[in-house]
Amino acid sequence: MGLETKPLSTLHERSSYNVADFDVPTGREEEWRFTPLSRLKGLHNGTAAASGTVDVTVDAAPEVTVETVGRDDVRIGKAYVPADRISAQAYASFEKATVITVPREAVASRPSVITLRGSGDGAAYGHIVVKVEAMAEAVVVLDHGGSAVYADNVEFVIGDGATLKVVSLQDWDDDAVHVSHHHAQLAKDATFRSFVVTLGGDVVRLSPSVSYTAPGGDADLTGLYFVDAGQHLEHRLLVEHTVPNCRSNVTYKGALQGEDAHAVWIGDVIIRAEAEGTDTYELNRNLILTDGARADSVPNLEILTGEVAGAGHASASGRLDDEQVFYLQARGIPFDEARRLVIHGFFAQLLEKIEVEEIRERVLAAVEAELAR
Amino acid sequence: MPTLEIRDLHVAVGDKEILRGVDLTVRSGETHAIMGPNGSGKSTLAYALAGHPKYTITSGTVLLDGEDLLEMKVDERARAGLFLAMQYPVEVPGVSVSNFLRSAITAVRGEAPKLREFAKDLKAGMDALSIDPAFAQRNTNEGFSGGEKKRHEILQLELLKPKIAILDETDSGLDVDALRVVSEGINRFRGLDASGADTGSGVDTGVLLITHYTRILRYVKPDFVHVFAAGRIVEEGGPELAEKLENEGYEAYTKASA
Ligand SMILES: Nc1ncnc2c1ncn2[C@@H]1O[C@H](COP(=O)(O)OP(=O)(O)OP(=O)(O)O)[C@@H](O)[C@H]1O
Ligand SMILES: [Mg+2]
Repeated sequence: MGLETKPLSTLHERSSYNVADFDVPTGREEEWRFTPLSRLKGLHNGTAAASGTVDVTVDAAPEVTVETVGRDDVRIGKAYVPADRISAQAYASFEKATVITVPREAVASRPSVITLRGSGDGAAYGHIVVKVEAMAEAVVVLDHGGSAVYADNVEFVIGDGATLKVVSLQDWDDDAVHVSHHHAQLAKDATFRSFVVTLGGDVVRLSPSVSYTAPGGDADLTGLYFVDAGQHLEHRLLVEHTVPNCRSNVTYKGALQGEDAHAVWIGDVIIRAEAEGTDTYELNRNLILTDGARADSVPNLEILTGEVAGAGHASASGRLDDEQVFYLQARGIPFDEARRLVIHGFFAQLLEKIEVEEIRERVLAAVEAELAR
Repeated sequence: MPTLEIRDLHVAVGDKEILRGVDLTVRSGETHAIMGPNGSGKSTLAYALAGHPKYTITSGTVLLDGEDLLEMKVDERARAGLFLAMQYPVEVPGVSVSNFLRSAITAVRGEAPKLREFAKDLKAGMDALSIDPAFAQRNTNEGFSGGEKKRHEILQLELLKPKIAILDETDSGLDVDALRVVSEGINRFRGLDASGADTGSGVDTGVLLITHYTRILRYVKPDFVHVFAAGRIVEEGGPELAEKLENEGYEAYTKASA
């Protein structure tokens, strides 16, 4: 399992299970240039002592099986090969993995909630595999909290005609560092819905990626983040269209407030020559609420075929619209409430996408709490 | 008895002086029409009174019921009873009309309306203005046609029940039916029923109507007409002045003030 180099694109060059195949990042590399390496507590250079803990508990739907397995389990690492140094470090370092299986044609009757709670000093590593077999359907929630220095890889393996909806909530304590890869692999006619909410943590760098093994796959990735003073919240998306007639839609929106609040959004979409009939759109918008906050937004659309059904991207970062706030205030609504309504409106279409009501309520409450800060 | 008193008002945008000494008093029960050429400063007057941050008051005073309006924040002015129906209402994505109106009513009344009562008032208000009930769930002004936006402004006027309403070209861009429907809404606010008879409910309201056309003045009869040119009022008269303007244009005034 050595280094594989993919010839056509410069976006996603290398992948390997072996940490040594990746140089220690210096911060000059394209993929690391936005990340504050000095705040990663050694996750990137092998100096992090594995003395921390992230407890994983699963409250699963009755139709779903949950196993805690060792490193040698054959289901691990099948869908995803680490694509950077920290991902490889996590892969090399985790001790136990959680494997969740939704059996063929099973329809999970309620969301399965994976709760991850960090404690203690030092790093922890994790690995989760969620396997949704053919024609099955499930909702999975990843709920991250506590204090941690955590690197992990999560594989979503979605079978023929299966549907997986994932909500991943990163609401860590203020000192936490989390570097994570979420990879979804879609089989024929599979449906993947991802909803990422990142609110808490000192540094969170989450890299959701999508690949397709057969036509008909449909991936919709939505993200919402709220960055406060001093926080670095980074989302790096990669959708790789390698087979015909698949769809992807990426919508990430964030609000930033406070000194040195920093959001990074990278949206890489590759449509390879074979991927005719691809339909893709990606969008990132940032609402900068105060001075001293910064958003970096970099969409990349690489199209290597002439036969796409649709391909586009958009990215915009801006201030709260004064005219909107004025309009609301001119109807008697006080400034703070007007601002809250406008920010709410900014996120509203995203929140509507969370189909599970209790989770939508929870995310809404979390956004409200951010607005009240 | 609500009164809006504007005295020697000077307003600038950036370094550019736009209003150059406006004097105007609107008492309750009165309807004033302001007419004047494009760019003469009519909307500037409206926005400055509402407190839009782009417009700087360089001198002058404005009192609403004897209170210093210019000292108040935008939302305080609205809660004090000033309403501006905007020439270009603003789209607010993700905020539904229903949510917006409920927030506004709550702010203006100081307490949240009961849900059932609100739903009833909203439906009645929309019916009266021939607004499709589906609009309640649409995002505020987003994708509304010009006429729909204007009706939505008058819906707010009727629900918020201010003391003084400034209507900035609410009639522009309306087809004949919409003009009638919107005018009836304004008249209800003025306390007149559909036949034009005084119901007595408008004694506490004053209207400042900015328009280019006499056609709305046939429905919403003004007590006073003011001609606005180059940032100030250059002539005042009764309803007959509007007819004269429509026939003769503003040439006499723009020459005089240039
Ligand atoms: N926000 C602004 N920034 C720059 N200039 C402005 C602004 N608002 C108004 N002005 C200028 O002030 C002058 C008066 O504009 P205003 O909109 O008040 O005119 P108006 O009488 O309402 O015209 P219309 O009949 O076309 O609506 C114009 O020259 C306009 O360009
Ligand atoms: Mg105007």
